[in-house]
Amino acid sequence: MIVAGIDVGGKNVHVVITKNSTILAKVGGPTGINKAKAAEQLYEEALKQAGLKRGDVTRVVATGSSGSRVTFADGVIPDAAADARGVIQLIPSARTVIDVGAEEGRAIKISPEGKVLDFAINEKCAAGTGTFVDTMARALEVSVEEMAKLSLQSTRSIPMNAQCAVFGESEVVSLIHQKTPRPDIARAVHDAIAGRIGSVARIVGLEKDVVMIGGVANNAGFVESLKRDIGMEVKVPSDPDFAGALGAAVAAAAGVLAEKVEAKVVEKEKIEEGKA
Amino acid sequence: MVEAKKIEYWRWPESVWVNPAIDWRKSKIITTGVDIGSVSSKCVVMVDGALYAYSSMRTGSDSPDSAWKVVNAALKDTGMTVDNFDYCIGTGYGRVNVPMAQQTITEIACHARGANWMYGSEVRTVMDMGGQDCKAIRCDDRGKVLKFMMNDKCAAGTGRGMEVFADLIRVPVWEIGPRSFQIEKEPPSISSTCVVFAKTEVVGLLQEGVPENEIMAAYCAAMAHRILELLNRLGVEDKFAITGGIAKNIGVVKRLEKELGKKTMEQVWVRPDMREAKIPFDTMIAGGIGAALFSLAMLERGKVKSARKA
Repeated sequence: MIVAGIDVGGKNVHVVITKNSTILAKVGGPTGINKAKAAEQLYEEALKQAGLKRGDVTRVVATGSSGSRVTFADGVIPDAAADARGVIQLIPSARTVIDVGAEEGRAIKISPEGKVLDFAINEKCAAGTGTFVDTMARALEVSVEEMAKLSLQSTRSIPMNAQCAVFGESEVVSLIHQKTPRPDIARAVHDAIAGRIGSVARIVGLEKDVVMIGGVANNAGFVESLKRDIGMEVKVPSDPDFAGALGAAVAAAAGVLAEKVEAKVVEKEKIEEGKA
Repeated sequence: MVEAKKIEYWRWPESVWVNPAIDWRKSKIITTGVDIGSVSSKCVVMVDGALYAYSSMRTGSDSPDSAWKVVNAALKDTGMTVDNFDYCIGTGYGRVNVPMAQQTITEIACHARGANWMYGSEVRTVMDMGGQDCKAIRCDDRGKVLKFMMNDKCAAGTGRGMEVFADLIRVPVWEIGPRSFQIEKEPPSISSTCVVFAKTEVVGLLQEGVPENEIMAAYCAAMAHRILELLNRLGVEDKFAITGGIAKNIGVVKRLEKELGKKTMEQVWVRPDMREAKIPFDTMIAGGIGAALFSLAMLERGKVKSARKA
């Protein structure tokens, strides 16, 4: 049976087409402003890549923050459910999934069958997401790939005070003015996010194997920082940003068109109390 | 040759004012407050407890630089120099490096004291919406701090959050408030209180052709919402006054009043003679006023000696 999974995220859309667990096509592209159109266009791309027509696909399941915008989907499942199924397919020994995308950082405890046992997300704040990395990379005037490389060259950790992407940008600019070596700044940025993601992950409990997916998993510098923060090995599958779409395809194959998942929202305490 | 002009939408107007009715050379005590914030710096000079001069400008590259900038601006053409100060107190985020200050006092204490002087003894709750933080303060009838809550970790609800938005939408920051009411109906608020995510939402709304003024209304509403969280945690007791830069944005202030179900105190001097003299009321100088007043009180009670050199 041929099925498709479409993950419409905050920044990118990922599409996976499978036939009996073999991947026939993998296509990704920016979500842009018109999410429905982006999903449509990338789906067409994927069909072309697989040499298929729309009619060849039995079922389409969508996921992602804007999964509901996929008008032609047969079903929509939550991110966490898709992640769980996708990761188990890629790494059967996975028991903790850490997914950091452009807009959300989440941690999922999963069963050997790919079911969500516990799930926590970072509150709606750019500081625990890929957007934070993007913003700081711009301040450093490097690409994210270069930032990852720089961070791995650092030999010391310097604290970053800002917990906000807006303030962090000013902080990076002043670190540059203070002539702080760029590798150390890059590492400080990754350490900062890793700390936040680490605390979200500790809510669900860190059980090995810990697997990281989502766009930020492509950032080797961040993955190193995360390993340091949680004190555990972190496995990253190839094409980690496609794990969600793959999981949606797995759901499609199993005939799962809807699912309910409860999320624990981890809110950073931002308000400081004081007496005179 | 036409010179290319780069417009900086976030750059709010700086201000300097000197009291034409006072001859400082005939006075007894000159006290000064220098408030160095992360985004703006202010200097307030008081002469025998009356407001003589003030300046409010963008913070420079470091505290000493910013301090000199605002002090020199306030004293320009007055013939006064720092040597004439009897006492000077530094406050704000950059207070430890104010070269002309004899000591420092926290901005929480200074804002409460300053708000009490500006708005009157009925103030019990002061909200300082600063450049990079937001503070909610409960005080007594003499402007003494009873308790406070502060958010300095999140840009939403701060001046920086508004500056980022002004740049994005390409509208001068001081126009945003008034224009946010030039709309047909109140739009739904931007759903993200996070400034970074709100930016993405705003880009989407712009591309969808939503009228700019409506987008401004939506953003002001989101900011008011973020500030409300802080106020509800603290508990707002009447009367409620706002200080700091964002107090100048009526788009945020009015929407905050609506959500809170309470009015803020009118932004005018409580002293009738100051109103009559048409002294400009600048919400950003509350901290500096408080610091100058503390200086005066400490001298008058003999707690410190005059540092005057000339």
